[in-house]
Amino acid sequence: MAAELGHFALILAFCLSLPQAFFGLMGAHWRRPHWIALANRAVAGQWVFTLFSFACLSYVFYQNDFSVLYVAQNSNSELPTFYRFAAVWGAHEGSLLLWLLVQVTWALGVAAFSGNMPQQMTSRVLGVLGLISAGFALFILLTSNPFLRLWPAAPDGRDLNPLLQDPALAIHPPMLYIGYVGFSVPFAFAVAAMLEGKLDSIWARWVRPWATVAWMFLTCGIALGSWWAYYELGWGGWWFWDPVENASFMPWLIGTALIHSLAATEKRGLFKSWTLLLSITAFSLSLLGTFLVRSGVIESVHAFASDPGRGLFILSFLGVCVGGALGLYAWRAPLFRSNAGFSPVSRESFLLFNNILLVGATAVILIGTTYPMFMDAFGLDKVSVGPPYFEAMFLVPMLPMVFLLAPGMHAAWKKASFESTKKILAVLLVVAVVLALVVSVGVYGWKSVMTIVGLTAAFWVAGAALVDPISRWRKGHSLPASIIGMSVAHFGLAMFIVGATTVESYKQETDLSLKPGQSAEHAGFTFTMTQLSDVKGPNYEAVQSEVVITRDGKQVAVVHPQKRVYRVQKNAMTEAGIDAHWNRDLFVAMGEPLGGDAWSLRLQYKPMVRFIWLGAAVMALGGLIAICDRRYRKRVTVDEGAAAAAGAKTA
Amino acid sequence: MTPRRRRMVMVALIVLGVGSAAAFALTAFQDNLLYFYSPSDVTAGKAPTDRVFRVGGMVPEGSFTRAQGSLEAHFILTDYAHEVKVSYTGVLPDLFREGQGVIARGRMGADGVFVAEEVLAKHDENYMPPEVAKTLKKQHEKPTNSGPLPTT
Repeated sequence: MAAELGHFALILAFCLSLPQAFFGLMGAHWRRPHWIALANRAVAGQWVFTLFSFACLSYVFYQNDFSVLYVAQNSNSELPTFYRFAAVWGAHEGSLLLWLLVQVTWALGVAAFSGNMPQQMTSRVLGVLGLISAGFALFILLTSNPFLRLWPAAPDGRDLNPLLQDPALAIHPPMLYIGYVGFSVPFAFAVAAMLEGKLDSIWARWVRPWATVAWMFLTCGIALGSWWAYYELGWGGWWFWDPVENASFMPWLIGTALIHSLAATEKRGLFKSWTLLLSITAFSLSLLGTFLVRSGVIESVHAFASDPGRGLFILSFLGVCVGGALGLYAWRAPLFRSNAGFSPVSRESFLLFNNILLVGATAVILIGTTYPMFMDAFGLDKVSVGPPYFEAMFLVPMLPMVFLLAPGMHAAWKKASFESTKKILAVLLVVAVVLALVVSVGVYGWKSVMTIVGLTAAFWVAGAALVDPISRWRKGHSLPASIIGMSVAHFGLAMFIVGATTVESYKQETDLSLKPGQSAEHAGFTFTMTQLSDVKGPNYEAVQSEVVITRDGKQVAVVHPQKRVYRVQKNAMTEAGIDAHWNRDLFVAMGEPLGGDAWSLRLQYKPMVRFIWLGAAVMALGGLIAICDRRYRKRVTVDEGAAAAAGAKTA
Repeated sequence: MTPRRRRMVMVALIVLGVGSAAAFALTAFQDNLLYFYSPSDVTAGKAPTDRVFRVGGMVPEGSFTRAQGSLEAHFILTDYAHEVKVSYTGVLPDLFREGQGVIARGRMGADGVFVAEEVLAKHDENYMPPEVAKTLKKQHEKPTNSGPLPTT
């Protein structure tokens, strides 16, 4: 019964998305306040029905109703309750329902927090969001309905993919989706501005918090995915340049470019059409990511549901969204010329370089990710592009970007002289070089020039990020949240670079065979396997080994890596034993039995690896601080709005 | 400098930057393309002997051997027409099993044994790497999901 109710609610949600789109867009176009009010109601209604539908799906999972096909495929009566809820988005159909729920929640957020915007603008934005959610609701109803019944009902379910039975992965998809879908809001704002034919600083101020929040969640989502891959896939890597990882990374890069370009648009009324283009691109890349993951055109650990029909739908949807938005852009972009000038050395220039380099990095990844698809589609060679390509090419735009970041943070708008900050930046650079040499040569030993360059960049950025807040604080100047946010986010980037550079330069890994009682030396530590035992979990059986790690005779840690076999799917799963420390991880994963009592083990030493995820978290925190800035909460008074409108006309 | 000339310098710099980046990208690209070959291609001598490539196929039942306590494993990859012997030293992925499709990345050894540096098996029991599925289709044989696999 719950399944039918959920299905029905989903249909109603789809039906409500249509008036949301129609009354939202047309109400603004023909200036009919009643229609606009109706669109607002439709948003609320759609949210209620989508939430109800999602609750129904959660309920059938909770009830272990194996007469629902999706539940039978992705759950099991032995599955712990927590994972029964996580299983709702454990596969294609349910994760799309989650996508739709996130989509309508964003729309509800726009409707709720748009008090400082003119009604027409809000109405247009909601209209565009209505079109997008209509597309997704239709996609679910036509190709991926999670409420289909299975007759006769299965006696028990096929269980959730054991890889997904993990707390980090239970929250990774929602985070990622909030980010992905969040970029539909700047997209909708861009389309609304183009329809309206007006784009000014105030517009940029409305969009900035939305773009930043989406970017924040995407940052967290990607970091969680990377962390999960690190300990759960049992390989100990934190980034694989897997096509699906790339699919989430590309919108992130463009989103980062967008929040920087929005800064120039808000402060100086510059880069208007560029900002529009980035808003469109960020969401298009999110959709492209979905297409890559869902259509099965690429092979990847994530490509669990391949169905050509679904791929075709998403591709057409992508075509409509991107084609429509770009067509509108081609028609309307000439309206958004910005005539304000800036000197070659100014914050505007630095932001421009930031944007060019980020877009360049995105292009590098896009080419590497889609090239094999095109080759295959045209019946040419079957190829894949290896991680070495990405590793080498990604640094080409990123390295100059990081080095430009330190002076860029201190450049003034219009024309920068660096008179007050020249000295401190130079001192910081020298300190950074010395620190990099101390860390790389002194602590870990000489590795390569790139290691020193990477560490120098990181230390310089970290130092430069702190200069502004500290000097403002000492002089007793006001310290707005947006400045603290920027500093914190850039400091997070520096932490990330320290982690990534150190772990990639100085990681040590080895595969070897151990029996209980035997020990092995690795990276200055002694790993001794003391015992093997059988362990029983709620829905799996496991062999667990105890490995004692000592250094110079002193015990450092005891880890318990496991090799699990889940009862239903019979998949073997590696649970790594990790001893985490702020400046290094020791990672032990069990391979397979080698006969006798011997097991193959993978031992890894990962210096500074925690800084990678910590850095990402700090970046996201910076975003959170920045959106708390007072000016986003301020209502635009009639005068200010009129003045801005007048300014836009003359500009 | 006049604003016009300044702009020209900017444009020239950007073109130069983009150009060198593109040239660098193309070389990096060429060096890092991994070509995929089926066991039939390898047997027919189509695969290169001097560079890394990937070969994919099914691992037939009973083809996997490993000396006790050793990390070195030997197995066969087949597309049911031809087969390739593979050796690999290290920890195999969790889903590596006989009767599964896998992809191995490595080089052809002088003795005709493919020396794998990495072995990929996918995290889904029904999953078959698309390349493998296509090669198998070409051979007009469909492996059954549960039953023992035919050996050639």
